[in-house]
Amino acid sequence: MATFIVRRLLQSVLVMVVVALVGFALFAYVGDPINNMVGQDTSFEDRERLREDLGLNDPAPVQFLRFVGNAVQGDFGLSYRHGRPVADLLVERAPATLELSFAAGVFALLVGVPMGIHTALWRQSWLAKAFLTISLIGISLPTFLIGILLILVFAVWLGWMPSFGRGEVVQIGWWSTGFLTASGLKAMVLPAITLGLFQMTLIMRLVRAEMLEVLRTDYIKFARARGLSARAVNFGHALKNTLVPVITITGLQLGSVIAFAIITETVFQWPGMGLLFMQAIEFVDIPVMAAYLVLVAALFVMINLVVDILYVIVDPRLRIGGGAVGGGGGR
Amino acid sequence: MTRPRARPTTGEPVVPASSDLAAPRRTGVTGALVRALDSDVFYSFRRSPVTLVAALVAVLLIGASLAAPLVAPTDPFALETLDLMAAFTPPMWAEGGESVFPLGTDDQGRDLLSAILYGMRISLAVGAASVVFAMLLGVGLGLLAGYAGGWVDALIMRVADVQLSFPAILIALLVDGVARGLLPRDLHHDMAIYVIIFAIGVSGWVQYARTVRGSTMVEKNREYVMAAIIMGLHPGLIALRHVLPNVMGPVLVIATIHLAVAVITEATLSFLGVGLPPTEPSLGTLIRIGNDFLFSGEWWITVFPGLALVLLVLSVNLLGDWLRDALNPKLR
Repeated sequence: MATFIVRRLLQSVLVMVVVALVGFALFAYVGDPINNMVGQDTSFEDRERLREDLGLNDPAPVQFLRFVGNAVQGDFGLSYRHGRPVADLLVERAPATLELSFAAGVFALLVGVPMGIHTALWRQSWLAKAFLTISLIGISLPTFLIGILLILVFAVWLGWMPSFGRGEVVQIGWWSTGFLTASGLKAMVLPAITLGLFQMTLIMRLVRAEMLEVLRTDYIKFARARGLSARAVNFGHALKNTLVPVITITGLQLGSVIAFAIITETVFQWPGMGLLFMQAIEFVDIPVMAAYLVLVAALFVMINLVVDILYVIVDPRLRIGGGAVGGGGGR
Repeated sequence: MTRPRARPTTGEPVVPASSDLAAPRRTGVTGALVRALDSDVFYSFRRSPVTLVAALVAVLLIGASLAAPLVAPTDPFALETLDLMAAFTPPMWAEGGESVFPLGTDDQGRDLLSAILYGMRISLAVGAASVVFAMLLGVGLGLLAGYAGGWVDALIMRVADVQLSFPAILIALLVDGVARGLLPRDLHHDMAIYVIIFAIGVSGWVQYARTVRGSTMVEKNREYVMAAIIMGLHPGLIALRHVLPNVMGPVLVIATIHLAVAVITEATLSFLGVGLPPTEPSLGTLIRIGNDFLFSGEWWITVFPGLALVLLVLSVNLLGDWLRDALNPKLR
């Protein structure tokens, strides 16, 4: 158990080092940072002095260590485009993205789980077939197109919902929330559905498949034989046992929700980290790109680590062989 | 139906359609072909109306876009035929529509139907090229990892694990962003299409590599490989000529589903404005252009390219699903 956790931790550190290397390589070799900082008429000597002052003439390993050291302290340098510390920009934008992801996750769970249960219990009903068709379309529709269609129908044609921005937000300390105002909540509906639709179909299919499997097991047959009501069997016994994988997948999907928020935020001009990243790519704002990359990677690695460790704690079978869980392809 | 398994691997993001393919299987190309011609697969093909419709739609769309110069009413790239006076013509059945432009025109007076046909051609070309690129990269590295083993295997699969913990679209965006920084501006414009193919290809190779590595590790312990080794054949020759044909079966299924993913990724990148330039409009670029006119009521400029994209992706997805089920009865 302890060996597994240590191995898994080391693996996570390794991933972060690789990501940091990529981030650093972006910083150091893509474009010339000096050119991005000074004006046209800066003399060659001034440039060289600045280069020396910033430590850009140091050997690459030294620069890399400095980059990591700064990054650990949350210092990613200045944005080329905004001229402000990248960390400040990210902190400012983080609440918008996190709230949107949270709303999308809640939507996906609240709609996906009941739909999955229904399609598993009443497989032949027309509603179940409709749900499955919707899920197929949900997987085939690209996120940005869902967003555009929702805007077209609910914002342009019906005029019920706003089509961009966060509405009014309330500032609580450094956190700005849209959950407390009517316009803030209203503005969240369409982006949350757009972002959550794919996860919803995923959860629905997962719940359905797990449920179908559990319903075939002996203990369910036995529960039926004991004369328990259908309700007690389906929800008390079957559903409970399907939820473990659902929770795992939902956890693992958290990271990709935040990553896919890039697209949703661009469609709805939602002022979050994803939009910041998109603009950074467009204007080749390397520090922002590198910082976003490292941040998202840290998030992914952390989620995966927690899920893997939880798994081993929950399922003792996985403890045999120590590192079996860590292996990607049957190692 | 596919079911993303709750496997405790190193944070493999659950890919709905293709995750089941990671399991090693022994379906050779020849084996698959023989069985495809056998009645089983054709039987399941005939018996599934959904698949028939999907195949029909896919063939129709792909055929029409390949033959775009012959089928399309006008050439959307020919500047001399553009008529700015005809801009924003609604579809022919709406009020003010003209039968010359069945689906209406865009902001520059381009016939939308022609633009969609040409756009789909570009989308498909980029998608197919990305799939081929990802396939070459993935199959090559997977074969190398599986056959060589040892530290080569560890290195390649570690990189694959790291990459798998990030969504493909993020990788593609990053590759594109880096290319933007490395290439001079005017050069980037010309290179955009290659950059996109590279970005999507790099973001998609892992699936191939994992599958091929798994089957290669099974294949390399079989008697025919032993025999080849005893005969003194070069390891590279054994891997390429003897093992490779026996591990390609699942790869073709992955490629079908990957085509749908690649087309979506390209459309997303183009929509986000980091894909193909407006001079070479793919479906995603057309949707991006139309998005600007959504609020002024010209909905058709966005909706029809979007519809074409959905039909294309949906039909290819359905075909891929069917192909996987038909070639691998275990998954049914």
